[in-house]
Amino acid sequence: MQGYDYLGINTLHFDAEKCVGCGMCLTVCPHAVFVKGEGNLKGGKVALDKPSKCMECGACAINCPVAAITVTPGVGCASAILHSWITGEEASCDCSGGGCC
Amino acid sequence: MVQKASKEPTLVPLDGVVVLEGEEENCCSPDSVSDCCTPAMGDVHARAGIMVYPFVSGWLDTPAGEVPRVSPVITDADRRGTIAMRVGIGRDSYEITPGLYAFGEPGENSPVIVTCNYKLTFDLLRSTLKKLDLWVVVLDTKGINVWCAAGKGTFGTAEVIKRVKESGVEKVVAHRDLILPQFGAPGVSAHEVKRATGFKVNYGPIRAEDITAYLDAGLVATPSMREATFTLKERVVLIPVEISLLLSPLKWVIPLLFILSGLGPSIWSPSAAVTRGFALFMGLFAGGLGGAVILPLLLPYLFWREFSLKGAAAGAGVTLIGLLLFGGALNWLEALSLMVLGSAVASYAGMNFTGTAPFTSPTSVEKEMRRWVPIQIGAAAAALAAWVGGAFIG
Repeated sequence: MQGYDYLGINTLHFDAEKCVGCGMCLTVCPHAVFVKGEGNLKGGKVALDKPSKCMECGACAINCPVAAITVTPGVGCASAILHSWITGEEASCDCSGGGCC
Repeated sequence: MVQKASKEPTLVPLDGVVVLEGEEENCCSPDSVSDCCTPAMGDVHARAGIMVYPFVSGWLDTPAGEVPRVSPVITDADRRGTIAMRVGIGRDSYEITPGLYAFGEPGENSPVIVTCNYKLTFDLLRSTLKKLDLWVVVLDTKGINVWCAAGKGTFGTAEVIKRVKESGVEKVVAHRDLILPQFGAPGVSAHEVKRATGFKVNYGPIRAEDITAYLDAGLVATPSMREATFTLKERVVLIPVEISLLLSPLKWVIPLLFILSGLGPSIWSPSAAVTRGFALFMGLFAGGLGGAVILPLLLPYLFWREFSLKGAAAGAGVTLIGLLLFGGALNWLEALSLMVLGSAVASYAGMNFTGTAPFTSPTSVEKEMRRWVPIQIGAAAAALAAWVGGAFIG
């Protein structure tokens, strides 16, 4: 996504040791955070290319068959976060009947 | 006529059939002799209290039972529903009954597409894929779009497994491939769906307009189909909802504005409350305009990274223009107050746009908020104090 940079901090963690190179994370990531690493994908590994672009959607982690990726997905909706600060509940999209997303 | 599906339908005998809400009068009921409207296949498939969706044009006989065939023709009623969603009316329930639907004349080799039951999404598929023969499995996402439902887990592994099994889709196709929108991936574990159903999950493109090219290429998406975008058009359609979200606090904000504006040397003046209250409201309006309209429009050009700062800049710009055009009667303190207020309101409204922008990590949003919410509150309070002070230096 050219032209858009945000603060770039996130909870993404990639464990290259576990990676089996299936490439599923390349498929599901909407921001091309991962790239093919050295060698061919099959039997090779992926690598982190643009980790600061990660928006913590969690698609890579849930679709990684060997749990090589961890990320804490969350609600990026400011009013939901504000609501959670005030009430102490976990942030959710339900703030206005699902109206915030 | 589109009828609202009840939240928890207790009797849904067929996909494509919707249970009407209790008290509603319905001239299309099979018991009625009125010919005010003729439900397409209602005589066969509708029952008392149940009507067939207007977009169902017929029924396909399949090994999995009768499957509703979906009309690709978008009607005025569909368009009205879309507009209502875009301006934020009735956004809590715009859903269709989950299950298996047929687009065109699908056969045993036709692709199977999985989507959410938000009608806006369903209509988009109807109009975009009108030339294709497809099976469409609609998940129960409570009327929420794919991306948000995936985040909540309703567009999720368990729901995909459940609908694939219940719909009997394995009886209508010879292959074992599902096509899911890429934006559903945060909720779905492809390998678990495969293990539970035997169907392979193929993540298709993000945007419906690319589905045809994806199918033609043999389920291969180009890198650009996989990348999130936030184009001017994609941002513009969000503006009405951004505005509608700002309207709800007005019912207590407006009385506060008039009470504050009346304060002055004569303790409280009704005429000042009206004239100065209106000016103060316009400062608020300028902030809303900056944060909810100008910020989405100019997002890539407001080069600061933090949305609060983008919004504050947009709000300051709008307020300054407003003051130059209409602010001649205000003293310097009042003008300063409105500048600060407009910027603070726009900063807050702009910060809310992080939830819609598809490139903001929640960790970063929270960091931005920890820095900016106290500034926004402090600035708004200081602006209101200055506004009251402005009445005394007349």
